[in-house]
Amino acid sequence: MKRYTTTLARFWSAAFAAEAEYRVNFTLAALTSVMGTAGALLTLQTLFSTGYQIGGWSWPEALLVMGPYLVLDGTQQTIMSPNRSALSEHVREGTLDFILIKPIDAQFYLSAHRLSLWGIPGLVLGVGLTGYALVQLAQPDSPAPLTASALWLFPLMALGLVTLYSLGYILATVSIWATKLDNLTYAMQALLEAGRFPVSGYPFAYRVFFTAVLPVAFMTTIPAEVALGRAGSGMLLLCVAVAFVMFTAARLFWSFALRSYTSASS
Amino acid sequence: MLSRPVRLSKAYMAQAYTFMTVYRGELFLWMIATSLPIIMMGIWVEAGESGAFPGFGPVEAARYFIAVFIVRQFTVCWVIYDFEYQVVTGKLSSRLMHPADPAWYFVTNHLADQAIRAPFCIGLLALCFVIQPQALWGDSSIGGEHGWWTPSLQQVGAAVVATYTAFALRFLMQYTLAMLSFWHERVAASDAVLMVPYTFLSGLVIPLQLLPEPLDLWVFYTPFPYMVWWPATLLAGGDAGFMQPLLVVTGWLGGLYALNRFVWWRGLKHYSAMGA
Repeated sequence: MKRYTTTLARFWSAAFAAEAEYRVNFTLAALTSVMGTAGALLTLQTLFSTGYQIGGWSWPEALLVMGPYLVLDGTQQTIMSPNRSALSEHVREGTLDFILIKPIDAQFYLSAHRLSLWGIPGLVLGVGLTGYALVQLAQPDSPAPLTASALWLFPLMALGLVTLYSLGYILATVSIWATKLDNLTYAMQALLEAGRFPVSGYPFAYRVFFTAVLPVAFMTTIPAEVALGRAGSGMLLLCVAVAFVMFTAARLFWSFALRSYTSASS
Repeated sequence: MLSRPVRLSKAYMAQAYTFMTVYRGELFLWMIATSLPIIMMGIWVEAGESGAFPGFGPVEAARYFIAVFIVRQFTVCWVIYDFEYQVVTGKLSSRLMHPADPAWYFVTNHLADQAIRAPFCIGLLALCFVIQPQALWGDSSIGGEHGWWTPSLQQVGAAVVATYTAFALRFLMQYTLAMLSFWHERVAASDAVLMVPYTFLSGLVIPLQLLPEPLDLWVFYTPFPYMVWWPATLLAGGDAGFMQPLLVVTGWLGGLYALNRFVWWRGLKHYSAMGA
């Protein structure tokens, strides 16, 4: 375990040093994140402007979905997305062989060795927005007073991250067979955008799709519901189960894919 | 007089079409990647269902976002990535040898892509109508009377003109920004910055007529609403006007074109100065 933590520290300090070269791009990314968050809030504001409550969720409650969404999205841009593209690059160039022979778990290496600072501003804004939503909900005139169950939000967000990571890793694994899959990832990311809003704000068919087919609901809506005390321990267990199943699936699929990996030279 | 542009576009189109057919699978995934309007359709149909938005019920919402989806398929633009690549790798040099401005190559590539998207586009549209059938034949129960969605010939004509104007605007904006590739290596990244106002102020996620107070006025002076909202509203049978928006867009187009040519000639000098 200690080996993994020290390796991780090495990976990320090296990545940080490499990224620090592109300071202008970082400024642009920060600007993009600020504008993007403003735009997301404008969308919510417009939806709430005439007294409509999206899916029956009040303004601060809806922010408790938007904030964690931005956190997940920021993490995805910081860690998962750069590593995904690195994986398909390794397959294309045949350098995957060198990683497979390293004395460390290949999936760990391929999921963690890259880091892009561009997602950090979005991540920070997401944390800020989540905090703001919690403070709003803790006010005496709050539409949904907070209880101790609010503490569940953080472990559930972590589980949402596990689900998101596993989903992405499954897609990235496909690159063992089909080397060009950037578009597959774009397609997935576009569908994940649905996680910005509570699933109950969608029509029935959408709700089914985003719960049963693509587990978007388990990443943002259900954690918020549990935190607000609207969903019981059954939902909580379901989140755990989804994360566990997805992670196991990613792991199994990866070892299955490796069996048909023939490397660049053979 | 006219035959040269016609011949040029024919030659370039045929080449671009063949080239693009190779990427049919990719294009299908690209279509899903542009499914944001379909997601937003869900949110706004539910919102319209509540009756909280007068004049924007579920039928209007479904029609509007289906129209947004269509308009988007005919206004997709990635010239900045292509241009950056051509400049950075020096491939632009051989384009400059062609007896036509490189803009021909980029424009025809985009048009060919749209042509190949059409079959997929119809498939996804069919899906939209399965999810929201009332968009097609209307609904008399919620939010007023609606008949079948049969835009008149005049409406379709206006929408087509508006869509291609929107494409021209978006293309010209990106192409002008792309010119900075002559001086800077990673210009395509700056498109992400431009994408944000495009996403939120073009009508892609918010039907602009519903924007809160001060914004709903000044947003129409920016170029963004004319990239999606204007053609989509015309197609959906809403009230977006025709002449006044056309005037605003023409102003933007003229300004961008002048800027584009100016930067192009300056950039070209800089480019050749690099010895490429």
